[in-house]
Amino acid sequence: MTEYVVRFVVGGVVVSAFAMLADVLRPKSFAGLFGAAPSVALATLGIAVYRHGAGYAAQQTWAMMAGAIALAVYSVVVCQLLIRARLRAAPATLLSLVVWLIVAVGLLTLTGGQT
Amino acid sequence: MSPIRFSPLSLKEGRWYEYLVRFALGGAATVFTGLISSRYGASVGGIFLALPAIFCASATLIEKHEIRRKREAGLDGRRRGQKAAALDAAGAALGALGMLAFAIVFSLMVERSIAAAFVGASFACLAVSVAAWYLRRNMRSIQRRQTSDRISGSAVSRSR
Repeated sequence: MTEYVVRFVVGGVVVSAFAMLADVLRPKSFAGLFGAAPSVALATLGIAVYRHGAGYAAQQTWAMMAGAIALAVYSVVVCQLLIRARLRAAPATLLSLVVWLIVAVGLLTLTGGQT
Repeated sequence: MSPIRFSPLSLKEGRWYEYLVRFALGGAATVFTGLISSRYGASVGGIFLALPAIFCASATLIEKHEIRRKREAGLDGRRRGQKAAALDAAGAALGALGMLAFAIVFSLMVERSIAAAFVGASFACLAVSVAAWYLRRNMRSIQRRQTSDRISGSAVSRSR
């Protein structure tokens, strides 16, 4: 239980710090870089190394590569939905999560990372 | 002159509950990743290190702030809000390349030195993201210049 409380606090602090950094940066497209900052990864990997060792964290980052490629695809899809389909931000970002999941799991399966 | 600026006043636009929502989402995403990793293993959990949960909240807030600003000026602001969120998404696509660099460098270095892996991966992430952003910016300005040259060229030939 304590581990999950620590995860929640550390994750919340790291994510908030990157979000605030993005808030104060201009132009908006540059600030967007920090929207894709590895904030959850920094918090999770620190705990993973401490609890399970370097090998476990390395295995997680191999899979994270699939997630990062999926994030790039996801961001492009969100951009298109906002500009071309004129969806609002909330439905565009939430609907595109399906694309992120399909691409990430697809890449992980293709590379044999699920085993 | 650098096109990147700091605008600390932007923090005043945010409401206290918006920061709370981000904190809660960040914490929840980290807990969720931990739960998935312990239930399904490091590989499946690893993809959730790149979960765009926070991006959903950020893009929605950017759109909301832009609409609020335009409404205060007596305008609708919905389209402007969508465009601001789209710009953020375009930046996030480039940031994802930085995240990929982070994952590659971290996985290569972590078994040699943990501290070096964190520092090296963070630096790689920042360097790749910023380089990609500058490259895109320069390519767009070249494209814009070529388009305006083409338009002015065809206007000159029509006037002859």
